[in-house]
Amino acid sequence: MSVSVNIQNVTKTFGEITALNDISLQISAGELYGFIGPDGSGKTTLFRILTSLLLPTSGSVMIGDLDIVKDYKKIRKITGYMPGRFSLYGDLTVQENLNFYASIFNTSVKENYDLIKDIYSHIEPFKNRKAGALSGGMKQKLALSCALIHKPSILLLDEPTTGVDAVSRQEFWELLKKMQQKDITILVSTPYMDEASLCDRVALMQNGNLLAVSKPEQIINQFNGKLYTVQTNNMHTLVRDLEKIKAFSMVYRFGENVHVTDTMSSGNFKSELQHALNESGHQDVLIKEIDPVIEDCFLALMDKDQIR
Amino acid sequence: MKEKEHIIEVTNLVKKFGSFIANDHLNFSVDKGEIFGFLGANGAGKTTAIKILSGLSKPSSGKAIVAGYDVAKYPNKVKRNIGYMSQHFSLYNDMTVKENFRFYGGIYGLSRKSIKEKTNYYLEKLKMQEFEHMLLKQIPLGWKQKLAFSVANMHDPEIVFLDEPTGGVDPITRRQFWELIYESADNGTTVFVTTHYMDEAEYCERVSIMDEGKIEAIGTPHELKEQYSVNSMNEVFINIAR
Repeated sequence: MSVSVNIQNVTKTFGEITALNDISLQISAGELYGFIGPDGSGKTTLFRILTSLLLPTSGSVMIGDLDIVKDYKKIRKITGYMPGRFSLYGDLTVQENLNFYASIFNTSVKENYDLIKDIYSHIEPFKNRKAGALSGGMKQKLALSCALIHKPSILLLDEPTTGVDAVSRQEFWELLKKMQQKDITILVSTPYMDEASLCDRVALMQNGNLLAVSKPEQIINQFNGKLYTVQTNNMHTLVRDLEKIKAFSMVYRFGENVHVTDTMSSGNFKSELQHALNESGHQDVLIKEIDPVIEDCFLALMDKDQIR
Repeated sequence: MKEKEHIIEVTNLVKKFGSFIANDHLNFSVDKGEIFGFLGANGAGKTTAIKILSGLSKPSSGKAIVAGYDVAKYPNKVKRNIGYMSQHFSLYNDMTVKENFRFYGGIYGLSRKSIKEKTNYYLEKLKMQEFEHMLLKQIPLGWKQKLAFSVANMHDPEIVFLDEPTGGVDPITRRQFWELIYESADNGTTVFVTTHYMDEAEYCERVSIMDEGKIEAIGTPHELKEQYSVNSMNEVFINIAR
């Protein structure tokens, strides 16, 4: 049975540093919820509080009808947690690790094999290999299997795809989608913006604050201004040159293009931009208006926050 | 047209660990001043190859010339002419920013005066002057990586090897990092970089994609996308590695 999460005014300070600043957030039972934000934004601190490993400085959290402070023992029984750093036993084999985690939770691999079958089948051919000798993608799958072996109601995955290649990343998300069908609330944090669009809802975090909480498509709808993609014969200096032209405040490299936002949505932006680029020596200038993707939106939100 | 000078030239490079073939007959070259993306799945053999190219590990067979030196014969000359930074280990957390510059500058044999000049130059460039006396561990990851890149460039190496320099870094800082890479390349430094961000693969002038110890594709991002008839490097990568 999946559970809801209710975070009320949670603040966490370490000495003078405020790692979480008055966070309030509701997550529904069965939701696949994404926490998007850079290193140091507070994602890990929040996950440690939700797993009862850290106490909040102030505020409260309910997981279902369990209080994170009073009922921590019960919460640990229904929680699956995959920390950011690989934390299985490198000297135990794949199978030994899985058996170990199962026995800690008073269950057996056999009993819950159905739940982990899709994931574990990828690494089962290597079940006698030591966990420390697995590749990055396989380590992640083993860690996920171990986090699921006691059939948790809520699963917290802290940056499961950092340092994982694009193929393994895609596979990992396909597996998460399947997990969600098995009635588990899933909270996942990631620095990859493209993964945000795979969640039901996302919270964007920066410097311990929540910048936005929304469905991915709503975040895209709220984008302010018009977005243009620019290509010229000199992509090396394009960003530097555009930044010199003060009027264009938001300039970001994006794959083979550079994205420029016209926050004023003015009529003659395109021709002014064309002109300015020719002035600074760029040729073969190609400017096209495009729809933003979620990363454009996050960049805009983060940019705004930094100026503030 | 005069052919471009190759700063890295790899011929039939093989590296075996017991019966396991980590690098299986690699053949490629990198031009001077190029930004070269060295891509591949986890466990494809990228790190093994980088260790060989930077003189830390010897090839089982085949040859690699880096900055004019054979890596098997003159590993120390190779090391003097390259810079290296990685996601995992780059600077010392228990030293201040300034101490890290001094330490690495010292290792590469720079004079005191030159270390001081370089330190000031980079801190000013990164707008990080006020961080000079802070311990590395107090600094956010993205800033650390920008510092690590500067330290790796301090002795004006001909090539810098960047092993996943932007893993876990926020999208704004990631882009600032790439501006540093472009600037450095424009000044003639060759940049050899690995990444799992496929948008960053598009920032490279040429990329190679490794799978199970072999280089399966090499070319400009544009060429590879045409070759596989797809719109993004992400799709190229998935085509090859899946």
